[in-house]
Amino acid sequence: MKPPPFDHHAPRDLGAALAALAEAGARGKVLAGGQSLIPMLNMRLAAPEHLIDINGVAELDTLEAGPAGVTVGALARHSRVERSAEAAEAQPLLGQALRLVAHPAIRNRGTVVGSLVHADPAAELPAVLALLGGSVRLARAGAAPRDVPAAEFFTGPMESAVRPGELAVSAFFPAPPPRSGTAFREVARRHGDYALAGVAALVALDDDLRVAQARVACVGVGPVPLVLDVTEESAGDDWAAAARAVRERAEPEDDIHATAGYRRHLAGVLAEQALREAALEGRANA
Amino acid sequence: MPERTHDITLTVNGVVRHATVPARRLLSDCLRHDLGLTGTHVGCEHGVCGCCTVLLDGEPVRSCLTFAVTVSGHEITTVEGLAGPGGRMSPVQRAFAECHGLQCGFCTPGFLCTVTALLRENPAPTDAEVVEGLSGNLCRCTGYQNIVKSVHRAAELIAEES
Repeated sequence: MKPPPFDHHAPRDLGAALAALAEAGARGKVLAGGQSLIPMLNMRLAAPEHLIDINGVAELDTLEAGPAGVTVGALARHSRVERSAEAAEAQPLLGQALRLVAHPAIRNRGTVVGSLVHADPAAELPAVLALLGGSVRLARAGAAPRDVPAAEFFTGPMESAVRPGELAVSAFFPAPPPRSGTAFREVARRHGDYALAGVAALVALDDDLRVAQARVACVGVGPVPLVLDVTEESAGDDWAAAARAVRERAEPEDDIHATAGYRRHLAGVLAEQALREAALEGRANA
Repeated sequence: MPERTHDITLTVNGVVRHATVPARRLLSDCLRHDLGLTGTHVGCEHGVCGCCTVLLDGEPVRSCLTFAVTVSGHEITTVEGLAGPGGRMSPVQRAFAECHGLQCGFCTPGFLCTVTALLRENPAPTDAEVVEGLSGNLCRCTGYQNIVKSVHRAAELIAEES
């Protein structure tokens, strides 16, 4: 349970970090909070030759919240975003989801952007980004940064659109539409474990407080967060019909932790709960 | 070729310490093997059990999921650093002893560090907040009843003594 040897690079600014990543190419990995990477190293599931440790790159330790949404820099820890009143006001779903991410000691170290890049199919934050239609900004030496929308960012289990030599410098979580609410529900064997299934929901209402838009992002039921528009089924607050649609469209697989059937069942139950809760919050906000 | 090493400086329990370590040295191993502070225990080495929890600049973190080289220049508090002046046990330590919050003691250093930070942030936690605060630390002997009791007792002691 000890990591394999690697060359450690400790850049002090973004330019140096990108230069080190460019040189390392496919043999390099970025180390931010390390709460997913270091277990993988300890268990020898990964053995990068070069680690580019961005913990000294202060310019990446940013958190900006405004009317458009929340932009989280690559070095902003979960705990900082979780505790930010400004971030909670600009996009409440972030805080709702972060409380479900692992344990406080992990959240003190782990980063939001790191969790997105890790792209675990059972993780909460990829679902949040996918549900909200956010994006991740990728930088590389000698080129303009590119913004990758969530729908293209998660490409498979533990796979993202980040190419060798690229650094995810920030993630953007758009603000919710007016008269809307959000919620995150999940079932895990123990609090803080990766969820067997989880559902993030967004419900937006029209001027008469009827459902104008209802969307869910499900985790643990596919290789990437499954985003489903259930606006039609949710008409008249028919959350049971929306849950049926989620159950029909989810394609979970069996594994050691749960059967596909149980995961499908959970996705439906959690979708119904999360949609109802999001609608309640939306009406309270209206 | 011998593995490249790095000279690092950590302030551990208020004392400036130097070590020369390979980049892959986990903070937990650095504390135990390089600095001789074996109070920090190592259980699972992948971040699940919480035994190796220490305070990094005052915040609880897993020392088995942190490279020593990454935190060079920072302040670390281990279980050895929790006692007060003259070696008097801290309120959290005394509460654990009083309430039988430990049995074999293996997980205790991690609990003590976690609870020290928890009560600093929230001096009068509810039962639910205590359970949430302890959720990242596993105990395989006592069950958690007496540990939860210890946290409430420590909160009382801290309030009495402040």
